[in-house]
Amino acid sequence: MPDGDKKLDAKARYSAGVLEYKKMGYWEPDYLPKDTDVIALFRITPQDGVDPIEAAAAVAGESSTATWTVVWTDRLTACEKYRAKAYRVDPTPNNPNEYFAYIAYELDLFEPGSIANLTASIIGNVFGFKPLKALRLEDMRLPVAYVKTFQGPATGIVVERERLNCYGRPLLGATVKPKLGLSGRNYGRVVYEALKGGLDFTKDDENINSQPFMHWRDRFLYCMEAVNRASAATGEVKGTYLNVTAGTMEEMYKRAEFAKELGSVIIMIDLVIGYTAIQSMAKWARDNDMILHLHRAGHGTYTRQKSHGVSFRVIAKWMRLAGVDHIHAGTVVGKLEGDPATTKGYYDICREEQNSVSLETGVFFDQDWASLNKVMPVASGGIHAGQMHQLIHYLGEDVVLQFGGGTIGHPQGIAAGATANRVALEAMVYARNAGRDYLAEGPTILAEAAKTCTPLREALDIWKDVTFDYASTDAPDFVPTTSVS
Amino acid sequence: MRVTQGTFSFLPDFTDQQIHEQVQYCIDNGWAVSIEYTDDPHPRNTYWEMWGHPMFDNPDAAAVVYELNECRKVYGSYYIRIIAFDSSPGWESIRLSFIVNRPAEEPGFKLSRTEVKGRNIQYSITPYSSDKPQGSRYK
Repeated sequence: MPDGDKKLDAKARYSAGVLEYKKMGYWEPDYLPKDTDVIALFRITPQDGVDPIEAAAAVAGESSTATWTVVWTDRLTACEKYRAKAYRVDPTPNNPNEYFAYIAYELDLFEPGSIANLTASIIGNVFGFKPLKALRLEDMRLPVAYVKTFQGPATGIVVERERLNCYGRPLLGATVKPKLGLSGRNYGRVVYEALKGGLDFTKDDENINSQPFMHWRDRFLYCMEAVNRASAATGEVKGTYLNVTAGTMEEMYKRAEFAKELGSVIIMIDLVIGYTAIQSMAKWARDNDMILHLHRAGHGTYTRQKSHGVSFRVIAKWMRLAGVDHIHAGTVVGKLEGDPATTKGYYDICREEQNSVSLETGVFFDQDWASLNKVMPVASGGIHAGQMHQLIHYLGEDVVLQFGGGTIGHPQGIAAGATANRVALEAMVYARNAGRDYLAEGPTILAEAAKTCTPLREALDIWKDVTFDYASTDAPDFVPTTSVS
Repeated sequence: MRVTQGTFSFLPDFTDQQIHEQVQYCIDNGWAVSIEYTDDPHPRNTYWEMWGHPMFDNPDAAAVVYELNECRKVYGSYYIRIIAFDSSPGWESIRLSFIVNRPAEEPGFKLSRTEVKGRNIQYSITPYSSDKPQGSRYK
């Protein structure tokens, strides 16, 4: 270690003045993280001329105990314990200006069961810190002792399926379109047709709350008429995500209570309501046997650019702790951002009991979820029946596939669109279980199913050429290479 | 109408060979397969009658298809489903459930509405067939 990086004795360390962060104890290359430490991995882009180790130490300092100058009051505390410790700095594989900084945080730095408290430290002041050009929180390792202080998903995948009486296949949904402007009466028509035709769920969009063209009570009443009619028409349990997002917690509770009174199986919130509001609604949902859907509205403002912000895999971890049951996590093949490997990482975080390090999917840490319920990922945005084999291959079975345009835009109407999706799905699951190479034979399997289902034939014809093939802005840094033996 | 509960109700009814394939998939995954029947297809009728216990440790789908046909001899006019139970940690629940027998006629469900205050409506779903006593609903 260069002399400049070494720790100072107490007298030199606490003399008044300004000191480099790495000399203040925020850089400890020999530190071995404890099982109980929270670990954060940051992608740091230091300003020109700033030493990456000093930058990493500064991130550790600014996200824990430090301020810009030495303070004698540190010595009234067990400051060695409370200092976050940068212990490893690696160059990134593909960009000489960026580094991965591993930082360990003592568990006692965090209040139990509070995402707000965790994030106030980890993504607080530090993200505006001038010596860095950019900073991105890539991943976190959450110790079991900390995980256990959170409720976790109100319902979870297993109980959601039991409550819906739906097993062995992805769930099907659709977002009502147009997202704005329909009256309550007309809105309920879309819900009824889609559910009767074969979907399990319909969904309010993120910005459907209570506007002049449709106030929330009207929407809830007409939607529940539609849900019950569709249930009677099919013999199945049906649901519609009633969005209770509102300006205050009081108003959200009021809307959620009304949804419960009407017998809805599910309500929905938007990510923009904030971490504390999400945790409150998750607690309400657990208390009231309600499935809680989270629409990730707003996440693209800080998850999409690779150099700065917070990776969605971290948001997914926080939301599993916070206690939502559904989270939009990408489609791979649809219209919205999502590299296949990175998306797999998000899905694993939602659904696995334990995550193992998997650099090729962007997962940097082993993570034990300590029996917290699993989150059902939701794939929504520009997907259609003709992609069913790819969707099942990439996303698996425990996922909600949401075909908005792919249902409502069907030439024979909404119910026909829903039927096309359901038949395509069941045919593909059937073929997979029967041992066919369904990914390679997908188009054949769909064509066979379409022989006895005209709506599917029409869906395949109209959308056969629709693909969204653009380069991803957030692909993993590491790709697996074949070793030569 | 057609009751569309279960994983494969939107596909044409399965042959015994197709049922065998799906059951073998369950067995190969280590799941215990069970046969259940009912004459009350209400969407929230969770507990259909069991045709024996789940067939733990049975390696061969043919045994399930045999039992299904025995069940059909007695309850051929009922709904019969195949259910697969997964006992592994984190699941301990059903992994696949599909209808393999249904009545020749399915009259469907009556939706009753009770109007209560605040324009709220309380809904109730009743199978038309359940007006008759259990055992004499589908002939």
